[in-house]
Amino acid sequence: MTLNLAPNITDPDDFYAELIDSQRDLDEEQALRMNARLILLLANHIGDRKVLTEAIGCARAGG
Amino acid sequence: MTSYIYPKFGYRRSREQADGIVTRHPIVVVGAGPIGLTAALDCAARGQPVVVLDDNDTVSIGSRAVCYAKRPLEIWDRLGCAAPMVERGVSWKVGKVFFRDQLSYQFDLLPEADHQWPAMINLQQYHLEEMLVAKCRANPLIELRWKHRLISLKQAADHASLAVETPDGIFTMEAQWVIACDGANSDVRKMVGAEFTGQFFQDRFLIADVAMKADFPTERWFWFDPPFHPGQSVLLHRQADNIWRIDFQLGWDADPEQEKRPERVIPRIRAMLGEDTEFALEWVSIYQFACRRIDNFRQGRVLFAGDAAHQVSPFGARGANTGVQDIDNLAWKLAMVLRGEASEALLDSYHEERAHAADDNILNSTRATDFITPKTKPSRYFRDAVLELARHHGFARPLVNSGRLSTPTPYLTSALNTPDGDAVPGPMRPGTNAADAPIAVDGRPSWFLHCLGDGFTIVAFGEVSDKTEIRVGPFAAKLIIVGRDIEDPTGLLAQRYGASPGTTYVFRPDQYVAARWSGFDEAEITEAVLRAAGHDTADRTELAA
Ligand SMILES: Cc1cc2nc3c(=O)[nH]c(=O)nc-3n(C[C@H](O)[C@H](O)[C@H](O)COP(=O)(O)OP(=O)(O)OC[C@H]3O[C@@H](n4cnc5c(N)ncnc54)[C@H](O)[C@@H]3O)c2cc1C
Repeated sequence: MTLNLAPNITDPDDFYAELIDSQRDLDEEQALRMNARLILLLANHIGDRKVLTEAIGCARAGG
Repeated sequence: MTSYIYPKFGYRRSREQADGIVTRHPIVVVGAGPIGLTAALDCAARGQPVVVLDDNDTVSIGSRAVCYAKRPLEIWDRLGCAAPMVERGVSWKVGKVFFRDQLSYQFDLLPEADHQWPAMINLQQYHLEEMLVAKCRANPLIELRWKHRLISLKQAADHASLAVETPDGIFTMEAQWVIACDGANSDVRKMVGAEFTGQFFQDRFLIADVAMKADFPTERWFWFDPPFHPGQSVLLHRQADNIWRIDFQLGWDADPEQEKRPERVIPRIRAMLGEDTEFALEWVSIYQFACRRIDNFRQGRVLFAGDAAHQVSPFGARGANTGVQDIDNLAWKLAMVLRGEASEALLDSYHEERAHAADDNILNSTRATDFITPKTKPSRYFRDAVLELARHHGFARPLVNSGRLSTPTPYLTSALNTPDGDAVPGPMRPGTNAADAPIAVDGRPSWFLHCLGDGFTIVAFGEVSDKTEIRVGPFAAKLIIVGRDIEDPTGLLAQRYGASPGTTYVFRPDQYVAARWSGFDEAEITEAVLRAAGHDTADRTELAA
């Protein structure tokens, strides 16, 4: 498998709103901590080491 | 403050110093720490006389190593000293990891039953060394020379010349081979000009031994950010004699001199144990850790082992544990070279195999240190996220790293292995240390590892041959037939070795698998034994013909 970079989320605006809303009442520190948990949860769900490496590389390169 | 009474082994002037006659010894070991003492026992077990030099005349001072793993216990058992260590020490296999005031994860090191030795024992390093010294003293092939400091070393083509300082002055001795076990600050390393590079960690740890009667279970307890020591980690281990070991992470800014003072240490311990627990301080010291290794384990006539060859952070208890395995790898090779059964090239495989193991240990202990001491704020967020998630979700538990406890590193790519040809199933690939299993000999229960370790050993499952020995060049390899020489009453031996009738294994003298096949073939066995002894192809063809 390779990292899917094509649109894959059915309801993008709704997802984005949910993500932002979920942190609305958190201070910066709490939000950053939540992000760390979220990354780990998603990374485990993906599992595939090759895909994770690609995603890390892609994020690191700035997009 | 300590209740332990340090033995004094006593200096004696050697004959060679008194007579002023330079003597050449086959093996001189520098340093009588756990690794040097093990080296002496293993070389003697392989028939070689050994002289050990140590600049002191007692055991390791203060609190250092605590945990010894199953593989070193198997090695010490081969050398006849594991049983008293296990008896004196405390055995454990469960580790608990706490985050703040909650249990976040728990592990069991040896969930598989039917192994002779426990996953881990805890024993003070001074007790362990005392036992090794007693064993060395009882061995006529070993001479321990206390208050003998090596002050210079010069290499020649076929020996090294050693200048040694004793209370009676300086004298010279020679060694065909030197095993340098003189610790992390090795003088020998400087004398041969070897490189010792790696990473220093910007953190400090307070090591406190306390005597107390406590009813904590015999488990390894590790806290991240506990209420009694906020923002840092703490490790608790039980040792023998109701002595407990506590490691407090202090951070880089801590002042070591201040932190060592009892008026600073006692409140820290009281906060952890509660106001009502009575305890007495036995030992306090402050450590800073590094992960480094020597560029080459063999420098001419000098072979490096233990901390002199590599240094790791203590999370994972890898220091002495891996040093003992250096010796396990080296002693049989050196004995073969000294007997003329193998060429010096075999000693280069010592570097190949043990540098690989050292790199693996350094990798593991660096990763643990990065988890325990996050270096940036974002990495601390990830670390804390792992610990928070681990409390509720299984997926995060394998990510928790409070030290991956020492297990042997397999030599899967070693040139001494015969690559797997036809597929024998199971994990016992060439380059792996032999798994133990319960067996019976003449109807009496025993352990499989007791059959291995004395020269090369061939083990075949089923009546494939009526020989009891296979001669290969200079070697007489014992042939053990499962069903004839040993029984496998539980079937666990066959199971652990993926064996069916005809399966044949070749084991090295250090109990590592050198080769395996699904059938028994003497020509293949011959080739594999010679390869494992470092003979090159031309030699092998000639001897096999
Ligand atoms: C806090 C702490 C906790 C640890 N916990 C563990 C653990 O749980 N498990 C584990 O496996 N390891 C642990 N270790 C590591 C362990 O203590 C070392 O790996 C081990 O002592 C190394 O043994 P060694 O024989 O190589 O060296 P050392 O024990 O350092 O012995 C070297 C010897 O050489 C002698 N010497 C030095 N120079 C000369 C000279 N010029 N001439 C003659 N003699 C000389 C010294 O006097 C000394 O006796 C821990 C270490 C520390 C500091």
